[in-house]
Amino acid sequence: MRALWKLAWTEIKLFMREPITMIFSFAFPILVLVLLGGIFGARTVIDGDFAGVRMMNYYVPGYIALVVASIGLISLPVHLANYREHGVLRRLRASGVPEPALLGAQAFVSLMIGLVGGVLIAGLGFAAYGVSAPEQVGGLILAFVLGVFAFTAIGVLLASVLPNARSAQAVGLLLWFVMLFVSGTSAPLHVLPGWMKKVGEALPLYHVQKSLEGPWQGHGTETLELLVVWAVGALAALIAARVFRWE
Amino acid sequence: MEVRAPAPEVVIAVEGLLKVYGDTVAVDNASFTVARGEIFGLLGPNGAGKTTTVECLQGLRIAERGSINVLGFDPRRHATALRRRIGGQLQQSALPEHMRVWEALDLFSSFIPGGHDWRVLMRQWDLESKRKATFHSLSGGQRQRLFVALALVNDPQIVFLDEMTTGLDPAARRLAWELIREIRDRGTTVVLVTHFMDEAEKLCDRIAVMEGGRIVAIDTPRGLIENHACGVCIAFTTDADDVSWIGGIGCVDSVQRHGRRVEVEGSGPVLVLVAAALVEHGIVPEDLHLEQPTLEDAYLHLTGHAQRD
Repeated sequence: MRALWKLAWTEIKLFMREPITMIFSFAFPILVLVLLGGIFGARTVIDGDFAGVRMMNYYVPGYIALVVASIGLISLPVHLANYREHGVLRRLRASGVPEPALLGAQAFVSLMIGLVGGVLIAGLGFAAYGVSAPEQVGGLILAFVLGVFAFTAIGVLLASVLPNARSAQAVGLLLWFVMLFVSGTSAPLHVLPGWMKKVGEALPLYHVQKSLEGPWQGHGTETLELLVVWAVGALAALIAARVFRWE
Repeated sequence: MEVRAPAPEVVIAVEGLLKVYGDTVAVDNASFTVARGEIFGLLGPNGAGKTTTVECLQGLRIAERGSINVLGFDPRRHATALRRRIGGQLQQSALPEHMRVWEALDLFSSFIPGGHDWRVLMRQWDLESKRKATFHSLSGGQRQRLFVALALVNDPQIVFLDEMTTGLDPAARRLAWELIREIRDRGTTVVLVTHFMDEAEKLCDRIAVMEGGRIVAIDTPRGLIENHACGVCIAFTTDADDVSWIGGIGCVDSVQRHGRRVEVEGSGPVLVLVAAALVEHGIVPEDLHLEQPTLEDAYLHLTGHAQRD
């Protein structure tokens, strides 16, 4: 356990030493929030399940899910693939770092970065767009942690199956963009054509967003969505543990 | 009555090691043992299989065939338990760019409880002044020293050093040699991969010479020289035009001339025979001397790699 915390703390320090990476990790979701906030303003949803809800109220949980997805799909796989390419993983392995400590530390760092990103978005939402506070904080935290778990597992899996950092970046960005558009985070699902909606529902971001949205809007815990997120995470973690490569 | 020295404790035993990459046989049926407290060298040209061999011993690569026993562990099955007891300075590895020297030492010492105080290692390996420098900003030699320090941070019973002095300047190399002797004197067994002759000759208790994946000889540096270097080499300088007649003297094997310098190889009483013949021909050089055969002579003979300029 000592190795895990020490690794996690070191990774956080290293992350903070790369200002460009750090700014981009947090600036992007904020930028999206500001741009879409500028477009929708204080408008409300006119029809569908969320009639009467402010647009920005609907979008904020989605953007938090988007941050979690960007960590798992882009940052983490690129980071791990980069470590593997340069022999950092090799160095760690030769010094007796167990796999669970390495991956546990990465998961913890993802959680922390996700948390900061999430708090930034929520804070800006409250301050600038009158977004209402989440109704059920406990349920929201549970959904958030499960979402990070699922996307971290997917991230490790991507890092293991993709040959290098460059390909991890390309594949990760592509997956993230597809999810961004079809998972209800850029436009409500009901405005999408039927087939796109089906694709969206098959992808994990949709379920993470749904599971965050329920407790935020006060619709209660989305048990089914949480189970789906957990199952996706568990499956990805199981495969990732099998295919993970140190070199 | 003769008192027999206690049999040295074997800490590494390798038997019939085979490692293949695709169509290439990297290590071909290698067998050797290393005793506790030895500095054991693996010497050979690039691509001889030295690195692959030590990586198999550390459980970083899985050998196709053969038995490996390191401190009683099979690295293929008990790699994690083994790695707590060994240290490795790897040839190809890195640290994150922005990691500082002290952070690396602190981090790596946390992986295995009960290791050395990393501050002592930082001083010993002359990294004190660089303690806050990032890995990215270190020179090749500084990185190398940091890796050796990291290999020792868990107070290992065996340490594997792979081309450790590559990239070090001559003074730093001497310092590294001193420190390696100290590591050994404290009871740590050292396995040293190198292609530097002087390093192997000065540092190693025993050397395995590798070539093309095979171990072609294992002996002490002295033993390798005695058994595999040519007999006697005499050298002198002269202005005489023709010295080819020296080849006709008894016990002489070969005569080579490089400008004014003449080198004669032979065996047995060749020195007095050559000296007498020279006087007879009116050649009385002031610098006639015997040249001690070196490990390099033995190595070139064993590997058949004439790398002379």
